[in-house]
Amino acid sequence: MLTGLRADAITAGYDPRHPVLTDFSLTVHSGQTFGLAGPSGSGKSTLARVLALLHKPFAGTVHLDGVPVTGFRQRAPRAQRTRIGVLFQQPRLSVDPRMTLRTAIAEPLRANGRPADRVDELAELVMLTPELLVRRPHEVSDGQLQRACLARALALRPGYLVCDEMTTMLDASTTAALVNVIRDYQRQTGAGVLAISHDTVLLDHWADHVVTLDNATAGN
Amino acid sequence: MVNELVLDHLSVRFALPGKFSLPGATVAAVNDVSLRIRPGECVALVGESGCGKTVLANALLGFLPGNAQTSGTATLTGDGPSLDLLTTSDTVLATTVRGRRIGLIPQSPAAHLTPVRTARAQLEEAVRVHHPTDTAPRDHAHRVAARAGLSPDDLDRYPHELSGGMAQRVANALALVGDPWLLIADEPTTGLDRHLVDGLIEEFRRMVADGRAVLLITHDLAAAQRIADRIAVMYAGRIIEIGPTRKVLEVPRHHYSRGLVDALPDRAFTPIPGQPPLLTDLPAGCSFAPRCDQAAPVCAERPTLTDDDHAVACHLPC
Ligand code: SF4
Repeated sequence: MLTGLRADAITAGYDPRHPVLTDFSLTVHSGQTFGLAGPSGSGKSTLARVLALLHKPFAGTVHLDGVPVTGFRQRAPRAQRTRIGVLFQQPRLSVDPRMTLRTAIAEPLRANGRPADRVDELAELVMLTPELLVRRPHEVSDGQLQRACLARALALRPGYLVCDEMTTMLDASTTAALVNVIRDYQRQTGAGVLAISHDTVLLDHWADHVVTLDNATAGN
Repeated sequence: MVNELVLDHLSVRFALPGKFSLPGATVAAVNDVSLRIRPGECVALVGESGCGKTVLANALLGFLPGNAQTSGTATLTGDGPSLDLLTTSDTVLATTVRGRRIGLIPQSPAAHLTPVRTARAQLEEAVRVHHPTDTAPRDHAHRVAARAGLSPDDLDRYPHELSGGMAQRVANALALVGDPWLLIADEPTTGLDRHLVDGLIEEFRRMVADGRAVLLITHDLAAAQRIADRIAVMYAGRIIEIGPTRKVLEVPRHHYSRGLVDALPDRAFTPIPGQPPLLTDLPAGCSFAPRCDQAAPVCAERPTLTDDDHAVACHLPC
């Protein structure tokens, strides 16, 4: 069976006349970590959103385990959408401020009609203690909130994880801790990871191979 | 009198209102911090998010929320009357300290600028505020801009027309208009591309060479390593180690600092086990004890910071 999360000749952006990414291809293989570096404006985040099925490209195809993706955002087929977990730079923008961490981690389980009894196991995986789970985002640090986001991203046991500048707000120890959690998860499940960062030192030590997106490969 | 900022046993606490999940609790955000900053040096305050470093910076700028209680002093001397920043009224801070004796370099410069006005308009206004008798504010603005690496043409742009690097330079120029000797930069390198970090580092070095001081607040040890003369490591609201940058990074003395250095991707890339204590429930002794592989009975007593050149607060330093 064909596996991998593949971007095939993707052209994407927010203005069709000035795409930030032109005819770009890459494949995230199962069990591997693909590092994508490049300055801001080079289209890294756009690509992350396309591969997470959150943004429809102007042209090109995303293949998930050999199957072309037919819809993006709400139109992405649920079975495909839930195969891909996503983490962003700013955990504060990706968690509803009214939710406790426990509710936030359980969100994808509830939304997909699965029992929420895995929350404790997920919390333990990212080393969140029970007293933190009852707190709301403004009562925890960025690092603790990002841990909750990672637990949430892993809740449906995705086959792929897209990490867009996941560690930018984090100190060295929290960065190393989250990267270790992701590596353990990969060892157990064979998941493929797309690690996007402007920090090449980090990618050199995290990813199996690194590609640098510069403004020449991207848009104009 | 010489320019100097001296923090003496500075603490900041917050009483949590009832709507939090821990009503009535007190957050001990900054604990007993003593630190001296003088012109001609860059001091980095390094620690993870939630360790109290941003609260400390806010205390110095008079930006603490109403439920904050402070103790200790933060004495600013030179270039005007001696002031304790913790007890000075906001009016006095706004008119005589912020922008004039202490400049702020914001975290996201583009968001800090007014979107509907050109960089020149904002810079000239700052010149008029800080130098009301100057009869040629435009020339003055150009001089400040040039010092920050901007040409007069760059100033005709609106914030959304500025690249990240230029927005950063405009913010730096704005911070320098009032000629403060001390600049406080809160996470200025976060999310910046390598070449922008390089530019900013150069700018900070130039400010320091000009006889200013920079207090850099950051979670990024690698950035601190490239800019700072001295590094102060904060953990659970306390400075647990402070010394010359090379020494702190190459021969850390506190077990937390050693753990942070080892966590860097180009070192061992291993995390420190466990998590920081809750600031509502700090251990009585060394706050790092629950995570420290060297903890001993003596650590049940709180270690104090030594007062040598490379100081540490640990009973059994590395
Ligand atoms: S005082 Fe004790 S517990 Fe704290 S860092 Fe030193 S050895 Fe570890």
